[in-house]
Amino acid sequence: MALLEIENLVVEFATASGPFRAVDGVSLSVEQREVLAIVGESGSGKSVSMLAVMGLLPWTAKVTADRMVFAGTDLLKLSDAERRKMVGKDMAMIFQEPMASLNPCFTVGFQIEEVLRVHMGMDRTQRRARAIELLKQVGIPDPEQRLSSFPHQMSGGQCQRVMIAIAIACNPKLLIADEPTTALDVTIQKQILDLLMRLQAEHGMGLIMITHNMGVVAETADRVIVQYKGRKMEEADVLSLFERPKSNYTKALLSALPENATGDRLPTIADYVTEEAPAEGAVQ
Amino acid sequence: MTEKVLEARNIVRDYHVGGGIFGKSRTLRAVKGVGFSVEKGKTLAIVGESGCGKSTLARIITLIDAPTEGELFIEGKKVDIARERLTPEMRQKVQIIFQNPYGSLNPRQKIGDVLGEPLLINTNKSAAERRDLAMNMLLKVGLEAKHFNRYPHMFSGGQRQRIAIARALMLNPSLLVLDEPVSALDLSVQAQVLNLLADLQDEFKLTYVFISHDLSVVKYISDDVMVMYYGEAVEYGSRDAVFSNPQHDYTKTLFAATPRADVASIKARLAKKAA
Repeated sequence: MALLEIENLVVEFATASGPFRAVDGVSLSVEQREVLAIVGESGSGKSVSMLAVMGLLPWTAKVTADRMVFAGTDLLKLSDAERRKMVGKDMAMIFQEPMASLNPCFTVGFQIEEVLRVHMGMDRTQRRARAIELLKQVGIPDPEQRLSSFPHQMSGGQCQRVMIAIAIACNPKLLIADEPTTALDVTIQKQILDLLMRLQAEHGMGLIMITHNMGVVAETADRVIVQYKGRKMEEADVLSLFERPKSNYTKALLSALPENATGDRLPTIADYVTEEAPAEGAVQ
Repeated sequence: MTEKVLEARNIVRDYHVGGGIFGKSRTLRAVKGVGFSVEKGKTLAIVGESGCGKSTLARIITLIDAPTEGELFIEGKKVDIARERLTPEMRQKVQIIFQNPYGSLNPRQKIGDVLGEPLLINTNKSAAERRDLAMNMLLKVGLEAKHFNRYPHMFSGGQRQRIAIARALMLNPSLLVLDEPVSALDLSVQAQVLNLLADLQDEFKLTYVFISHDLSVVKYISDDVMVMYYGEAVEYGSRDAVFSNPQHDYTKTLFAATPRADVASIKARLAKKAA
C-alpha cells in the first residue's frame, strides 16, 4: 500500500477577485522508501499541494480531494487535534529559508527538544541525549556546545541541518522537503542533498522533494511529477523523464537548461507551450 | 586591436568591523588583490560562493565603493573615487543590475519614471526627449507601450528584471555589471532574460561583468571566467580553459558539487543505488 495517496486534489484561495485555483486536480502517490520529486516553476502549485497535505494552509484556502490517505489514515476526515498529533511526527516538512524557519529567540537545542517533548513525551535527559544524537546524525560538529547556539550564530547550511534534525527527530514515515537547497551555495547544496539521501536510505523514509532545479531532480529522484499552473503535466520515472520527455512543457523545461544550449540563444517555454496561456513573465 | 573596457589591477578592499564597547575593532579583507581585464563586447563571469567578495568587487567596479588599494581603469582612464568626485560622464559608463528585481524598483514610481530618472539626473534632456527614449527602451527590452504608466507590483519577476535592464541601459553605458541577474527567476524566464542580454550585447556592443554562482549559466554566457574564493581569484582564464581543465582545488570542488541533469549521470546514480 502506498504511503501517501492523493486523488484529484483541488486547492482554491478566496481572493478579492473571486476564487483562485492554485492546484487543479492533482493526483499522486508516494511509496515507502521512495523519492518523489515535484518539479515546476513558481505558481505551479507544487508547494501549495504539499502544504495542503500537511494542513498548513491559511483559512482562505479551500482544500478538496476525492481521496487523501496517509499511512492508512484518511486526512480529509481528521480533526485538527488529530492532525496536530500526526504533523511533525509521522510526516515532517523542511522549508526553503532555513534562517527564517527557525525561531530566532530560542536556542537550537530548545527547538529540537520541543518536538521531542510534544510528540514523544521524553523527559529532560532523554531529550538532551536524543538532540545531541540528532545533531550528530545531520553532521554538525560539537553537538553538545551547539545545542545552546542561537540560529543567528550558525550559517545557512547549518541552520538547514538543524531543520532536518527537527524534521527527522520523531522518525517520520514521510519527509517533505520544499526547495531545501534553493537558498544555499552549490557546495553546501551538495552536502545537504547527500545528507537527505543518506537519511532517507537509513530511515527508509518516503521523501517528497519539491524543487524547480532539474539538476536536483536528476541527482535525487526515483520518480518525478512535473506541474504547471496547478496541473500535473507529466509523471514518469526519472530516467525516462530525462530521456524521453512526453509533454511539451517538460521538453521546454529541459531545453531551457543553459547546459543543454546548442545554438546562440536558449529556447524558451513560449517556443513549446503554445496551446496554453503563456508562462508567467512571457511577454512576447 | 581590441579595446579594454575595464581593467583592474591588484584591487584590495578592507572593511573595518566591530569596535563595540567590549570588542576590539578588526579589519576584514574582503577582496585580496584581484586583477583582471575585459575587452569590449565580451563577458567576464565572476563565480564564487556567498562571502567570497564577488559583490564587493561589483560595487568597486560600479564605482559605488572605493578600493582600499589597487587601480581601476575604465576605457583606459584611471578612476579613483576616493580622491576625486565622480563625473556624470564616468557614471554613465558603468551601470549595474541587481539580483532581486522586487527590491531594486521603487514601488511608488511608474515604469516610465523609473526609466526616465537616470536621464533626469545625469543629462539635461527635455521631458519629451526623456519620454521618447524611455519608451524606445521599454520596447527594446520586450515590454509594451501600455506598460509605460504601470507600477512595479503589476509585473512578474521576469518583467521586472527587464525593467531593471532597461533602466541600466538608459544612459548608453559601455559596461554593465550584472550581480546574479537571473538567480531569482524561474528556469523558462531565466532563458528569456539570458537571450535578451545576449541580444542587447550584440546590438550595443556591451561589455558584461556577470556575477553568478550558477555554473551552467556561466558556461553558457561567458567568454572569460574568474573563480573567487575567500577574496582571492583562485582561477582566471578563458571559459573553455577553466571548464575543461580547472587548476585549483576549489574550482574542482565547485564543478563536482554542481548537480548534473544529463541522462548518463542519472544512469550512474541509479546503478549505484541499486547496488
